[in-house]
Amino acid sequence: MLAEFVWIGWLDGGIVLAAALCAMSCALLGNFMVLRKMSMMGDALSHAVLPGLAAAFLITGSRGSIVMLLGAVIVGVLTALLTQLIQQLGKVDEGASMGVVFTSLFALGLILIRRAADNIDLDPGCVLYGVLEGVPLDTIAIGSIEIPRVTAVLAVMFAINVVFVAVLYKELKITSFDPGLATTLGINANVMHYLLMTLVAATTVASFEAVGSILVVAMLIVPAAAAHLLTDRLGVMILLSLVIAAASAFLGHLSAIAVPSWFGYGSTTTSGMMAAVAGLIFLGVMLASPRHGVLSKMIHRALLGVRIVGEDILGLLYRLEERRAAPAAVGLGELRQVLMAGPLMTWTAAWWLRRRGRLVAQGRGYQLTDAGRDDARTLLRSHRLWETYLAEQLNMPADHTHESAERLEHVTGPALRRKLSETASRGALDPQGKRIPDEKQ
Amino acid sequence: MSGRQSGDQGAERRRDRGPCKRAAGLAVLLLLAIGTPLMGAGSITDNSMELPGSREIWQVMTLRDYNTRVVVLGTASLGLAAGMIGTFMLLRKRALLGDALSHATLPGIAIAFILMASHGGDGKHLGGLLLGAAATGLLGVGCILLIRRFTRLKEDAALGIVLSVFFGLGVALLGVIQKMGTGSAAGLESFIYGKTASMLASDARIIGVTALVVAVACALLFKEFTLLCFDPAYARTGGWPVVLLDLTLMTFVTAVTVIGLQAVGLILIIAMLIIPPAAARFWTERLLWMLVLSALIGALSGMIGAAASALVPRMPAGAIIVVTASLLFTVSLLFGTSRGALRRWSQRRELNRKIERQNLLRAVYELTEDGLRGDVSTASLMGKRAWTPRELARLMRLAVREGSAVDLPGGMLRLTEDGADEARRLVRNHRLWEMYLITHADVAASHVDRDADAIEHVLGREMVSKLERALEEKQQSAVPRSPHTIGE
Repeated sequence: MLAEFVWIGWLDGGIVLAAALCAMSCALLGNFMVLRKMSMMGDALSHAVLPGLAAAFLITGSRGSIVMLLGAVIVGVLTALLTQLIQQLGKVDEGASMGVVFTSLFALGLILIRRAADNIDLDPGCVLYGVLEGVPLDTIAIGSIEIPRVTAVLAVMFAINVVFVAVLYKELKITSFDPGLATTLGINANVMHYLLMTLVAATTVASFEAVGSILVVAMLIVPAAAAHLLTDRLGVMILLSLVIAAASAFLGHLSAIAVPSWFGYGSTTTSGMMAAVAGLIFLGVMLASPRHGVLSKMIHRALLGVRIVGEDILGLLYRLEERRAAPAAVGLGELRQVLMAGPLMTWTAAWWLRRRGRLVAQGRGYQLTDAGRDDARTLLRSHRLWETYLAEQLNMPADHTHESAERLEHVTGPALRRKLSETASRGALDPQGKRIPDEKQ
Repeated sequence: MSGRQSGDQGAERRRDRGPCKRAAGLAVLLLLAIGTPLMGAGSITDNSMELPGSREIWQVMTLRDYNTRVVVLGTASLGLAAGMIGTFMLLRKRALLGDALSHATLPGIAIAFILMASHGGDGKHLGGLLLGAAATGLLGVGCILLIRRFTRLKEDAALGIVLSVFFGLGVALLGVIQKMGTGSAAGLESFIYGKTASMLASDARIIGVTALVVAVACALLFKEFTLLCFDPAYARTGGWPVVLLDLTLMTFVTAVTVIGLQAVGLILIIAMLIIPPAAARFWTERLLWMLVLSALIGALSGMIGAAASALVPRMPAGAIIVVTASLLFTVSLLFGTSRGALRRWSQRRELNRKIERQNLLRAVYELTEDGLRGDVSTASLMGKRAWTPRELARLMRLAVREGSAVDLPGGMLRLTEDGADEARRLVRNHRLWEMYLITHADVAASHVDRDADAIEHVLGREMVSKLERALEEKQQSAVPRSPHTIGE
């Protein structure tokens, strides 16, 4: 089915280039918005600049990019200013104050546009979706090369944002993570805030024509949020967000052509699909991110569970041998009942121990190997050392030490065992009078 | 020392006055921001508004016209319902959740349309579309909760992600619909911007019924929702089904959002959920009154907006409703009787005046304390604190007028009997606090003056008697000696 669509180099390439430039400009600034917990400010700005665009047009009567940019930047900064003002003046919660400001400004913009509907082709729909598909058709000549006008604007915007982040990297970093520290270091957090807001407003406007306001919001927040889940380092986060943004642009355009055709429909808007693809990428990262992902956390927890159940099996078998003074074989069902673990958990743990040569099958049950016996002895040593320690040093009653020792034995290494054995006074017996096994040589 | 410290305080107070000036500035700014473009629009683009005649105004206001009646009543009940349910959202600090929710309805509308059209039905059956909207709206809210629960991202990022991704998906689906060839997809865009003016009687009836349900639910669940907003942790320990209550609240918000989509569009419905309660908050500290006021402000904005758009041609009613609401918000922000900027400004002024007056009395008392002088000169008072001659002169005039001091020729000032009593009490409070700090908080004697200065004005009678007990003060009525030298 992929063969059905036709990739026209200059057309589709042009679209993807413009989309990627726009996505990367937004994602670059988005990192700082996400870190400052101001993501929704991006949404507010992208709605609120509408009256700026309309007023700039009404006053000058032209659709020149510079005037529109100026109008929108002014209203954008005004939005940030008013939000802060209402928040301080009225002791209103930040979200509410943002909501009041941007919806009011948006409504104002709609009225302005409607008032002048006869002589503008400033379609509110166009502001929301943009016309990415038309980008390569509208070109300007720079030197002897014809390049799409929007692409040129976006390239300049991207360059400005890169310079901004590169020059003020340290300041942005400090004000994002610790405004208090920034102030003591003589960096004005407020100035950085408004600089960032100004650039976000400018980027929003520069991107409007191509991709519409919604994609701006998506690209401001989603790549940065996904990157934030992948790494703890700001530099890496910024690079990752750029890669994710560019990937969303490419895959978004691809799927705008391909996906609807799977269901028998025509192609759809690239900007909408880009947001959807970015969402999918975020979902994937949220599930599978190595450290912060949902799945990896679950797997990590399951592995830990299996290890603990495995160690408990070894301990149980060893204690049985100790009591009977003869090798003991115990079946899975019985192990499960004693350890109160799930069947899958117990089976997995037993399988893992057998693979590592700690257990052997014996009749209908399992029996310790020599290696398994060594492991179990170490484990039991930790357990009984802890019991001794808890009873002697912390004065816990002897019959209360078992539960705590049961938990601690799984996380005790050789160094800690040595320390514990130094504090034990009664030699080789634990509080219950059982022998503490010697450290393996 | 005394002079330097009070200088700092004075500066602080002057800084405190900043917001008040900013308040006035904001009012002008907001009015300009709203007013100028409107006027500019009229003058520059040559299509000046035709103002309606008094007959037309009368017709609209008395709801003579059937269409107007439908639209006005419909938007008023929408405003009422949104204002009520929005109150709880605002207090739950979830104002922007409505934003994400309403954006997340778009893919639902598109999917419902595609499903209905591809099964040979009428793609634009309203019930089906609204059902789809509610489904993805709730799904969006669910995603926000999941992202917050399972990742380290904060609320704002979760809202932004859901909002933009869902809306983007919706836009992509609308793109598909436009090329489906069944035509008639144009109507779907009205969900984004709303089409208030063409509201049908059946639409208004749906809105009315929903508003009624929401109002009844708010009344029945008033106590539960209140608890949920103010202390969810307590509610949980008290055995209330917090999650269920939260879900109920979300369901009502979704219902109001979905019925509002048709009327004002998915962006402006956010305003109907946020602005009326935020405005009502300035007038009262009581939840019940806030709820009523918010409903009234919502309904009023709906009525005025709808009426205005009926009177003036080519005015988007949804936008007018929102602008009306934000004008009411601005008025509330400034003049609200409970939390309004002017009210708080005057409260702060009153406190400042009280502090300044007490400072003067204490300064006069301390100068005359050794009993050598009964009267104090302006010059010696100037040395006590960092006040400007103008300030001091004003304070002295005030003290004379209220009868706590008399001014003698030659710029001298003498406390009256009442003034001296008051001053003795103030100095006593100040020194009690100083001694408390020295004996119980281990503050150095040279540092206590400044701390005591800040707190003496708010020491209540009960606090003073506690201090006396703590210090085992024997001479109950006498003024203790100052623990440090008093600078002149």
